[in-house]
Amino acid sequence: MAKSNLSLKNAARQSAPGDRNVFRLFVMLVLVFVLMMALRPSIFLRPANFNSMMRQLPEYGIMAIGISLAMMTGGIDLAVVGTANLSAIAAAKFLIAVAPRGTPNEQVAPMLIVAVLIALATGLACGALSGTLVSKLGIPAILATLGTQQLFTGIAIVITEGRPQSKLPLLFSQIGNFEFFDFFPLSFVLFCLVALAVGIMLERSKFGLEVYMLGTNSKAARYAGLNNAGILFRTYVVSGFLSSISGLIMMARANSAKADYGAAYTMQCVLVAILGGVDPNGGFGKIGGVVLAVFILQILSTGLNMFENVSNFYRDIIWGGALILVLLSNWYLARRKERMALARKTA
Amino acid sequence: MSEIFLRASNIHKSFGGVEALSGVDLEIRKGEIHCLAGENGCGKSTLIKIISGVYKPDSGSVEIDGRIFKHVGTTDAIAKGIQVIYQDFSIFPNLSVMENLALNMELMAKRKLMNYRRARAIASEAIAKIGFDVDLDERVENLSIAERQLIAICRALLHDAKLIIMDEPTTALTKKEVKALFAVIKKLQADGLSILFVSHKLDEVFEISERYTIFRNGRNVTSGNTAELDDRKFAFYMTGREFSEESYRPTSLGDQALAISNLSLRGAYEDVSFVLRKGEILGITGLLGSGRSELVQSIFGIYKPDSGTIEVGGVPAKIRNVKSAIKKGIGYVPADRLTEGLFLPQTIKRNIVISKLDKLSSAFGFLREKKIGDEVRAWISDLSIATKNPSLPVQTLSGGNQQKVVLARWLANDLSVLILNGPTVGVDIGSKYDIHGLLRTLASKGIGVIIISDDLPEILACASRILVMRGGRIVRELLPEATTAEQLGEISTGVA
Amino acid sequence: MISLKRSLRRSEPYVAGAILLLSILIQVRSGQFFTGNNLVDLARSMVVPALFSIGAMMVIVSGGIDVSFPAIASLAMYITDRVLLSSNYSGPVILAYAMAAGLGLVMGAINGILIAGFRLPTMVVTLGTSSLFIGFMQGVLAASETPVPPSMLAHGKEKLFSAYNAQLGLSSDMPAQILILLGALVLVFLILRYTMLGRGIYAIGGDETSAQRTGFNVAKIKMFIYCFTGALAGVTGVVRASMMMNAHPTNLLGMEMTVIAAVVLGGTRVSGGVGTLTGTTLGVALLTILSNSLILIGIPTFWSRVFTGAVIVVGTGVTAWQAISRQRRVAARRTA
Repeated sequence: MAKSNLSLKNAARQSAPGDRNVFRLFVMLVLVFVLMMALRPSIFLRPANFNSMMRQLPEYGIMAIGISLAMMTGGIDLAVVGTANLSAIAAAKFLIAVAPRGTPNEQVAPMLIVAVLIALATGLACGALSGTLVSKLGIPAILATLGTQQLFTGIAIVITEGRPQSKLPLLFSQIGNFEFFDFFPLSFVLFCLVALAVGIMLERSKFGLEVYMLGTNSKAARYAGLNNAGILFRTYVVSGFLSSISGLIMMARANSAKADYGAAYTMQCVLVAILGGVDPNGGFGKIGGVVLAVFILQILSTGLNMFENVSNFYRDIIWGGALILVLLSNWYLARRKERMALARKTA
Repeated sequence: MSEIFLRASNIHKSFGGVEALSGVDLEIRKGEIHCLAGENGCGKSTLIKIISGVYKPDSGSVEIDGRIFKHVGTTDAIAKGIQVIYQDFSIFPNLSVMENLALNMELMAKRKLMNYRRARAIASEAIAKIGFDVDLDERVENLSIAERQLIAICRALLHDAKLIIMDEPTTALTKKEVKALFAVIKKLQADGLSILFVSHKLDEVFEISERYTIFRNGRNVTSGNTAELDDRKFAFYMTGREFSEESYRPTSLGDQALAISNLSLRGAYEDVSFVLRKGEILGITGLLGSGRSELVQSIFGIYKPDSGTIEVGGVPAKIRNVKSAIKKGIGYVPADRLTEGLFLPQTIKRNIVISKLDKLSSAFGFLREKKIGDEVRAWISDLSIATKNPSLPVQTLSGGNQQKVVLARWLANDLSVLILNGPTVGVDIGSKYDIHGLLRTLASKGIGVIIISDDLPEILACASRILVMRGGRIVRELLPEATTAEQLGEISTGVA
Repeated sequence: MISLKRSLRRSEPYVAGAILLLSILIQVRSGQFFTGNNLVDLARSMVVPALFSIGAMMVIVSGGIDVSFPAIASLAMYITDRVLLSSNYSGPVILAYAMAAGLGLVMGAINGILIAGFRLPTMVVTLGTSSLFIGFMQGVLAASETPVPPSMLAHGKEKLFSAYNAQLGLSSDMPAQILILLGALVLVFLILRYTMLGRGIYAIGGDETSAQRTGFNVAKIKMFIYCFTGALAGVTGVVRASMMMNAHPTNLLGMEMTVIAAVVLGGTRVSGGVGTLTGTTLGVALLTILSNSLILIGIPTFWSRVFTGAVIVVGTGVTAWQAISRQRRVAARRTA
């Protein structure tokens, strides 16, 4: 939230296109919130409702941030879900081997730390592979990560022989489902931290500026002395790292790890990124916008659940519809801007 | 031969209330090569589009071959034999030469099916017209720029062209290719065609055209016989300003800024050695393909030379990549500002500081916003970049101001050597003189400057010493005051 | 000599070589690759992805990318199925194809209007419409697995011939639907090669502005591409349901990425303008063999994803490398 405040201040000062977009999304969020409140106040405003929204959104929200990063460099990372599952499976395999269910908690605890490290390391390694293919070999990102997505999922299937990995020590899901003040799930707090960290990295750090510039024009970036391959590589490594956090969250929520969990998340994450104002051609986009897009979509889809006779699948319609509406409104705004620019020239 | 082929009279055209053309006239005789010149935005392109039927004029008329049009339609224009060759040639890189030549004819004939035998016949006929020898089945993307241009010309000839309009046709060509192009143009003229040659390169205007017309701000400035034109008049007509330039003499030569010894890169340049002193402006010229671009790009860390050494400020320098070149105080303004030099939709601020981020960020990689702001303000005022707000996209600036942004980026880096590849390509004459002045100031402040340019008068006016490259080697060292543009051209091509 | 060099720059020979090597390897190890029933099985598994790949290739050649064809196929097939079932239709199967093609065409037209009319980016638009179509099918229609009408059931059982493998005691039927694939290949080949419309698709992919100036009606051509591929997707939906003998609303979803991978493996340039049906079909064949026949040499089926991924990575890596070296060649010629 601090992030969007910052962006609002910027919007007032310089009103760059990205900030205006964040502001628009913020208005949309308020509208959606008010709408839900008006339609089903008794259900929507219940704390349990907020709690369940906060539990659902981090899984895809964190991966959406990873995809957004890749999109800002002008690429895309379609391997996030495969990376998340492979990381979770690596951790699960390890935990099941060293601390099967029934092992006393004090023996499980140190193993949990190792398991988390294994998952994160797996994510880093997956990101490094995608990053190498994109940055060193120059394979178009959409294809390279399409390939690594198959590869990671394939490896996950091979090492699990396609079976879900359950029987995790109970302590893992206890910690994973911990709630601060019995209200804020750990996963949501993680999501906020990730968003904040990536947001600060993009807006305030050298690396962030380099990502935007590389995404705008990679040739000019080369002549300006940027290390293009290095920046791309690091972007995919970060995306892989974020995916592994997502993988751990999924594993804690489902209390198991599975090779084909959350297959639909890839497309949802791309949708979130674009709704959030990330330019698929690279160079522009704000994490604030992506976070707002996650909130808006989560409220909408939770809202649907409040109507008993409405199927959960309407959520697809809303997402697709919202995406096309945003595209059309961008088209309209761009045209209006052109006209206004012409009119200004005349004046 | 003074019969008029095309006469545009008192053409007005405005876009959304902005007047692009305020009553211009243009007369082209049959069989003449006519040059249309003017700064960017003077209305040249608008007039071309009106003649070729893309735009409808608000008022005025166009008379083509005796027939008067209030509005020339695209089909009228083609039927009357008017063909435009745009700068991008309107070709399909992924298709064969044959299809590139034949598709338009087939579409004009409203054919629905593709007949390859007919297409081959059309294409063979087209290349025969100018005796162009090319494999009809080759994909156009495998051809050189000059070959692509010839394809565009052949295609235009297929439509029984009587007037061919060429929009800045020489921008991407080497000197040798320009010569070949001019030979083709002369041949077309001999066949009775008229050519409208759009250019702002003075030497070319002199060489190829018989008459000229100059526009400024959507109005006619003058027209007449090219023979009566000279440098100063040309610049004055184009800009409405008087310029005088004397060649640059460094007051005192400083220490060695850059020394190159026996540098070689196979297939590009061989055994190149020279020394650049502080305060000097060194001009390097040569044809495209003479190795000049690869040479300076090696100094800047884009290419890795096979052998030889580079010294910066008297100290041997290992330049592994662009970043290490920048660390050594070398800056490079690339040839193509729009695709290589600038991040167009990004802000002016970001464009200025991008190469100095190491110094403008803290140990943990966070940007120091205040320092960045100060730096940007300083450069905007130093180089008098015309903008109200450095947070606006750099694409909102004019060509000259954009080029100043690129310069500011490098000057921010405490340079000892600044290399400019085509420093004023696509910059209007006014800004061109500003940039030349700036280069002299920089040199006099002790920076070693290298400029590479096809614009020989520019080299002669700016450089204090000139190296000519041919076939990857430095073949001659010259002083500008003892040299003419003709001599330079001859040495570059190897005629002399 | 020149034409040999030119053909080595293409990807088809490499993909064909890879297929040959792989099949020989499988044959040597198992003795079961070049058997009638295995080849028929492969053909059977190729029908649906190969039909999809035709449309995907047309879109990529025109410079776009379409991820909505599985959604269009599923929705068109599902509506057709439900309407025919509820009206107790018992006439020929051609009506099912016509209906699904029509529905696919309408959905393709929505893509086309957004892409050709509003000039919106293709991948994002088709992502959005894909989501809409799936949502409509699962939300509004509450789709679930449904039997198919008798005509489609009979059509699903039609076979051209059977191949019997005496050694294994297995027999496989060559599905009649392969004729639809062959028909579509011939039709699209003729369109792409011998009509101005087809050359226009390549021209747009090469340079849209040039295409406009040369006299192609770019918007109309794009509209055609998306309508046609939509209709083709609808037909593919019915082919699939007939062959499976039941209408499963979701099991086509998720196929888009492997189909696109096959198209690109077959030498279609992602940036548009270049691509052939031969290459595309070879790409599909390679991926199909990988996921179908590995079991013959004792590699468990769950390895197939790993191999598919590896082939995509290596295949696209080779293409990327070819592109780089092509640029170098041109650069070298310019310096020479």
